[in-house]
This record gives sequence, C-alpha cells and structure tokens, in this order.
Amino acid sequence: MIVDGVTKASFDELVEIETNDGERRLGKVLEVGSGKAVVQVFEGTTGLAITGTRVKFLGKTMVMPVSQELLGRVFDGLGRPNDGLPDPVADKFLDVNGEPMNPQSREYPTSFIQTGVSVIDGMLTLVRGQKLPIFSGSGMSHNILAAQIARQATVVGTNEDFAVVFAAIGVQYSEAQYFKRSLEESGALKRSVLFVNLADDPAIERIITPRVALTVAEYLAFDLGMHVLAILTDMTNYAEALREISAAREEVPGRKGYPGYLYTDLANNYERAGRIKGKNGSVTQMPILSMPADDITHPIPDLTGYITEGQVVLGRDLFRKGIYPPVNVMMSLSRLMKDGVGEGKTRSDHMEVGNQLYDAYSRAQEVRALAEIVGKAGLTGVDLKYLDAGDSFETHFLKQSPDENRNLDETLSRAWDILATLPEGELTKIKDKHIQQYYKGNK
Amino acid sequence: MVAKGRIVWVSGPAVKADGMSSVKMYETVEVGDSKLIGEVIRLTGDVAFIQVYESTSGLKPGEDVSGTGQPLSVLLGPGIIGRIYDGIQRPLDDIAEKSGAFIGRGITTTPVDMKKKYTFTPSVKKGDTILGGSILGAVEETPLLTHKILVPPNYPEATITEIVKEGEYDLEHIIGQASSKNGDKIELKMYHKWPVRKPRPYLERFDPTVPLVTGQRIIDTYFPIAKGGTGAIPGGFGTGKTVTLHQIAKWADSKVVVYIGCGERGNEMTEVLVEFPHLIDPRSQRPLMERTVLVANTSNMPVAAREASIYTGVTMAEYYRDMGYDVVLVADSTSRWAEALREMSGRLEEMPAEEGYPSYLASRLAEFYERAGRIRALGSPDRSGSVTLVGAVSPSGADFTEPVTTHTIRFIKTFWALDTRLAYSRHYPSINWMQSYSGYLEDISKWWKENVSPDWYDLRAESYHILQREDTLKEIVRLLGPEALPDEEKLVLEVARMLKIGILQQNSFDKVDTYCGPAKQLKLVRLMVMFYKEAQKALKEGKSLADIRALPIITTLLKAKFEVTDEEISKLEEIEKQLSDSFKGNIEEVKVSV
Repeated sequence: MIVDGVTKASFDELVEIETNDGERRLGKVLEVGSGKAVVQVFEGTTGLAITGTRVKFLGKTMVMPVSQELLGRVFDGLGRPNDGLPDPVADKFLDVNGEPMNPQSREYPTSFIQTGVSVIDGMLTLVRGQKLPIFSGSGMSHNILAAQIARQATVVGTNEDFAVVFAAIGVQYSEAQYFKRSLEESGALKRSVLFVNLADDPAIERIITPRVALTVAEYLAFDLGMHVLAILTDMTNYAEALREISAAREEVPGRKGYPGYLYTDLANNYERAGRIKGKNGSVTQMPILSMPADDITHPIPDLTGYITEGQVVLGRDLFRKGIYPPVNVMMSLSRLMKDGVGEGKTRSDHMEVGNQLYDAYSRAQEVRALAEIVGKAGLTGVDLKYLDAGDSFETHFLKQSPDENRNLDETLSRAWDILATLPEGELTKIKDKHIQQYYKGNK
Repeated sequence: MVAKGRIVWVSGPAVKADGMSSVKMYETVEVGDSKLIGEVIRLTGDVAFIQVYESTSGLKPGEDVSGTGQPLSVLLGPGIIGRIYDGIQRPLDDIAEKSGAFIGRGITTTPVDMKKKYTFTPSVKKGDTILGGSILGAVEETPLLTHKILVPPNYPEATITEIVKEGEYDLEHIIGQASSKNGDKIELKMYHKWPVRKPRPYLERFDPTVPLVTGQRIIDTYFPIAKGGTGAIPGGFGTGKTVTLHQIAKWADSKVVVYIGCGERGNEMTEVLVEFPHLIDPRSQRPLMERTVLVANTSNMPVAAREASIYTGVTMAEYYRDMGYDVVLVADSTSRWAEALREMSGRLEEMPAEEGYPSYLASRLAEFYERAGRIRALGSPDRSGSVTLVGAVSPSGADFTEPVTTHTIRFIKTFWALDTRLAYSRHYPSINWMQSYSGYLEDISKWWKENVSPDWYDLRAESYHILQREDTLKEIVRLLGPEALPDEEKLVLEVARMLKIGILQQNSFDKVDTYCGPAKQLKLVRLMVMFYKEAQKALKEGKSLADIRALPIITTLLKAKFEVTDEEISKLEEIEKQLSDSFKGNIEEVKVSV
C-alpha cells in the first residue's frame, strides 16, 4: 500500500489504518520519501479502498507488551490475546525487531541439555543458547519430536525447567492444537507462551510472528532469568510470506524468487538466541522448517543451515521404515556439541563415542549400497559386521518411543552396545583408555 | 567545505539525501538526528545515495545529513591488537559499555585508547631523512608484538628536525617534527589514518616462495599456501569451513592474524574471543590473542557495515605488513560480503547480473584478493612483509557453479574444496583431495627440501598417487564389489584408507592432533609410504593380504597422529622400526607355514 501526502513518517514506523467501515488494521513503513510512504499492512489489504481509507502514523516502531503474566497465555500472530482472556498487564514495551546482541557480551554456550532422545543427546547434543533447527519434509514427525523435546528438556543436575515459547507460523489448526494439547497434558503449558498464526491468517502477519515470539523469549531469558526454549514452526511459511511481499514491491529477486536479503532477514531472527555474560537466562532456539520436495539445497534450508549452529535432518527413508525419530544422522550436525560434552560436562568418552558411531553408521551405509549390488556373499567379514552394526544402530539406538525419556548414561551404554559388535581395531576414533573402560566386545 | 543536506528517501540501509553537491564519492557522512554513520556510494546531481552502517529504523525524510570531508578510514596505531571491532572499526567492548549487551545506534568511540601511554623508543635522530613509510621507532604493543611507528605512506621526503627521547607518550603526543624539501613543517604522531578502500602502497612485490605453515596436514603437505598468497575455502553448510579457518588463524606461523567474521554467527565470534586468550602459540608460548585482531560483523548486524568490514580488515593487515611482518587475514565469509553488495545494489535499483548480484562483483573480488602479496615496504630501513588472504565462500546449495565461487576461483591460487559427502561421514577437515589444488606447490618445494627433508616432494607425490589410484578403483568396487580386485589393488584401497584416517583426517578438537608440525607431517607420510612398499613386497613374496591387514602395526600407524606429540617425534622412529620388524616377522611365519 502506498500512502500519499506524508510529511512526518519515519522508516519502520508503525501505522494504523482505518478502513471505510471503521475497521482498524496495523502496518509498518517499508520505504519513505518525497511525500510518499510504502506501507505493509499486516492483516492484508482486502477491503481497503483508495478513497476514504485513513492512515495514522503512530510515531513508534512496533512494540510488544511483556510481563511475567504472559506465561500460560495464547496470542495471535501479532501478539494480541487469542484465548479470550484480557490483555496482560505490561511490565514494559519492547521493540519487536530487537537489537543485535554484541558478540563481546555473549557468553559462549557450554551447558548440555538432556532431551532424553538418544540420537540428539548422543550425537547431536543440544546446548543452552544454541539454535538448532529441524529440517523436515511434509508429513514427517517433526512436530512430535519438537513436542517431545519441549516436554523432556532439562539440564542435568539442576531443577531448572525450560520455559517454552512456541510460535506457529502459517501452520494448520491441527498442528497448533497438537502442540497446545501436548504442553497441556504434560503440565508444561503454565510455563509456556504460545503465538498462533494459522495457515488462513494473512501471510503478512507471519513476518511479525517470530519477532514477537522472540521478543518475549528474550524478555523471559534476560529480564526474568529463565531458560527459554523457543520453537518456531514452520519457517518455510515465513520465508514464503517474505517472498510475497518482496514480489509485490517489485524487488530484484535472488534465488528462486526469494529476495536477496533473505539471509540477513532470517539471521535477524535466528541470531536472537544465546546467552549473555552476567545474566542467568538463555534463549535456545529450535526452528522447524519443511524442505520443499525434501530438497536440502532449497534456499530456505540452505540459508538456515548457514546461520544456525547445526541441523537435525529428518530422512524420508527412515520415516517410511517406521523408525521414530527418523533422524538422518549423516546429514545432521550439532556445531556446539564439542563444547557441551566431555569431562566435567557429560562423560569423557561422549565425543569420541559420538564420532565413532557416525563413522560406523557411515561405513554401514556404504556396505549396504554395495550389498545391494554384489550381494552379501561378496562382502568381507568386517563389512558384514558393519552391516549388522548399522541395523542395530537403527533399532537399538535411534528408535525410541515419543514418550520414552532416556538419560545420558543409558544413551551412551546403548552406543557402546553397538560398538561392541565391531572388532576393537576398528575403533580408531576412541582413545585406548576409554576402550579399556567401556568396550564390551571381543578383544 | 563540508556538505549539508536533507534526507529525501529511506529504504532499509539505503538513504537518499539532496543538497549534497559538495560531497565526494565514498565520503563518510553523518545521517539524521542520531548521527548514524554512512558512506556516499553514488552521486546524481545534488542527490547522494548513502549506505548507512547502522539500523535506519525511525529515520525520517527531512532530517539532516552532513559530510565529514573524509573517506571511510581506519585509525592505525598501537592498541589495535587483541581488540574486537565492528565493520567500521568501532570496538565492541566500548559499544557494550555504552549500550549494554545489545548494540545501540549512533555510538561514537575511538578505535584505540588515545590516552594510553606507550613506551616509545625512537630509531631515528635529528637530521635523518625520512620517507613515507619509514620507521620512526617502536613500542611494545603486546609481549608478542613490537609495533613499529610508521610515517604515513603518503608523506613526502623530509628531514627530522625534532624527535622525542625514549619515554612514555600517548597517541596524541607529537613525537617528532620534520621539514620537507619545500620547507613545509610536518608533525609526527604515533598513529595515522588511512582510507580503507585504497590499498596501502609498497615498493615492489616478490614471488611467494615460503609456505605458510598451518599445522594442518592436508593443507601443508598436499595443498599448501604461500606467505603472501591467496586461498579460498568453498563449502556448503556443515562442511567445517569455520573450523578450518579457525585452525588456520590459530596455528599459522604468521606474526599477526586478522580474523573477519563477516555476516556469520554471533556465537562463533564469541568462541574466538573465549578461546584465543587461552590458546598458547606453539612458537612463542604466549596467548594467541596477543597477535590477533578481530573484525566482527555478525549476520544480524547492519548489512552495509558488513560490506565495509572486509576493507577495514585488509587495511589493518596491510599496516602490520608494512612494519615488516607476515600477516594472515581470514575472511568468513566472502559470500555474505557479496550478498551485502547485492542487497545495496538492489536497493539502488541497479541492473543485476547473475542471481541478482551486481555486475561489478567480479571486479570487487579481484580488487580484494589483489591486496595480498609479499612486498618490500616503503621507506627505511629496508624490510619485507606479507599479507596472506584466505576467504571462505558459502555457495548456496553447495553448488560451486554459483557466481561468488566461480568468480573467486579466478583470483586465487589455492583452492580447498570442502565436500559435503566427506563431512556427512565425519571426515574432517572435509577438504576433497581430488578437487582441491595449490598453485604454490613448485614455488615452495624448495623451502621444504631445505628446511624439512629432501624427499618431501617425492613422498607427497607417491602418497598422492595412491589416493588417485584409489579414486579410480572405487568406481570398479562400486560396480563389482571389492572381491573383484586383485590383491595388489586391494592393497591400494587399504593404504588409501590408512592415508585418509592417519593423514588427511585431523581432529581439531584433540589436544595433540590439532597442530601437526612439518617434521611430524613428513614422518607420518613417510611411514605410510613405507608401509605400502613393504606390503607390496610381502605380497610379491607370497604373503596373503588378509595377514597384512591383520598386522597390529596398522592401528599403531593410524593412531600415531594423536598418540605421538610434536615434542616426542623420535617415537615415530621406533614405530618405523616396528613397521619393518612386523613385516620380517610375518614373512618368516608364512615361510614356516608353507
């Protein structure tokens, strides 16, 4: 929407629009100059007429009222109450765009979060203050996994619980409902804040949803000192809304029609995770995105992977085999694992065991591909052992039930069970002292 | 006269202002009431296009814009080392002090502490002739680094008329005076400013013949980079670009490291800040931070300052080069810098070339990489220094045919291709040994021959040949299975596996393996080649491959990289003895069983 006769508007300013029939909508200034302003209307332009529509520039950028009372509440995609209860009393109003965290003031994330999911704890360890996305595809069990993590996440040795900030961005009603129910049933809803923008809500509202959610997350973490797990689903819808606006403004497109600033824009959301020196709280982010046609090189997962500290990739093959969680460990990675595990944090053999499991499973995959061509008879003895190790990795380690909460010792002991099926000489990533302590196979 | 104009249009980091006819291209300007810092990037009539280095949220048409008369410059003087700057040389710790944990706007700071006193020792005396670039004296900047005080390179020839005695002075103190040939009086201070977009001049450029030793086996032994050379690391996400760059920054045998975090993760910069003060340089036994400068413009910081950060970093690197030091500059990632160009170009509605990037992308990349080199510095005394440039490239979709990668390849000589498949199987560093290359191999082989061992070049070639053969054999194995190969070729596969695990893979998080000195690298390669030859011989003498595979020496060889430290390198000779013994032993057994 372009507004004429503008004299005092500023860039990024919040705008209130009054339609002919008195309805009020919100928008913000995208571009301003020579008496004109380009305004993006959050609730869509349906019903707006060239004549009669009045616009008020509010002289401030978009803010979100925040306070402790937000916990347990449900809001819409713009941060307005959606649960029939009155507006919460605000402690302060925060700019939803946030400000970049100074790298100098960041505290490097090093505390291990136990999620109770073997594959994540053992090989893709999540750390407080990390941003670890789930790359999924349509129909796969990313929501079940995210809900399981939201319920089970704890820092071992403390009683601190996670507050959960959940932002549904353009998702179906049933998916949002699933999350709400799952938090309710586990009693976690009272320490959660939900933001819901459904698939049939205006696309433009989606640009704001992660921003208000992360503003609240930052407030809970750095003002109230809580540990916050922020789940954003589905970032693909967010990026698509961005593309829609960019196209409407006739901007020069980058890859696949997405705007050239998609990376910067995504980073402005994802980088709002972390810890701050001298403050107790933390924001851990778990964005979920569905890869269009399961293609990891699509701009959305691609740019996300460049910003986040690793990724948990769900694999269609495993999903079809009925394995939950269907995590494709080869493609997955947690960049902060090295700093969150080991002596004094988890167990001294943790990193080495994780690496060795990767190595073994990757060999198993190669052998499997080979076996399909030459048959099992063409394989050497060691290859056959890898084949078995690969199978037992999937059934004994990876697979678990959505309500099964495994502690780290159990996870690592299952890992050693698998390594025990391999000859000792194959364990080249593990130091001798750990082999002596934990290896159960034939020496 | 400085220009004074008014904002007429705002869109993100791009601002138009009119009444700016007296402003110069690339002049720094103050934008709006909160005096945001910007730079003029285009002039049309009296309208200036300005890229603003801070968030423009809340900026209005009608607000003032005023020129500063100066191009975007960095301050060069003692106090730079050990700091962390944003893209336009504002120290992040000062910003944190003024605006807390989140970065506010319109903050002015000085890049170094102007009041801190340094002990200056002059090396010139009254009556000496100085040229632009000459050394006036020195201060101890950190225990690791003696900072040479330079005459600004653009100063004319002059005679010293006054110079202070050894003593403590701050940066604003006039430490000397000189008069030029035409009688102009020149005042000399311990710092000067230099525009970032203008390469610092030098006398001549040398051929790069000395390798930059990084302690990374696949780099030093297989794809080396020379001091004063250029290299690029392209790779999709998760292939370990950043870890590889960190390793180079940590262990490279250069005097100064400039690390530019350009549009990357905040936590990564924090990691460097947390880790470097604790890491000890293997050569000097001092913390690495005492030789490191960081430029951090993370992905969520303003995009225009990201564009500037590369130039800020390389100008500081050239300054230390001019003192006669070897400097390594690591830029992570040049793709984000290119995207910043694209974003500004888009806002200015320029005609795009490929994938929306501006058509001047290639020439900007070329200009940047050409600022590398080993040079003879201006002025006296005679000295040489180097800037080595290493840039990460983040190709979208790990596709090496995208514009930033293809253009970068044209201007660099060492190419370390990171491979997603290797990274998925946790083969780190995931540098693909078939795709990577180094244009410095011949130039620097002399150094290895003279300083490490005469057979370096041959051992490298022999071991690399094994890897090449494995690559072709792999195709056959993929179709027919390993049993289809004769034993001799199966042995090639086995030794290639050992090379991959024992040499090419290097664990940067392991205390011992993270750095591997040239002597140890050579010995490890020699052991592998020796094993191959002994095993070949044994095969010919009728020993079975299964027996060779079962030799316990193999595990010893594979673990030598992290079981033997650089200090106890003689242990490798023992392993060498074990190696030849184990073949003797086995062959006798074979004879007995026959």
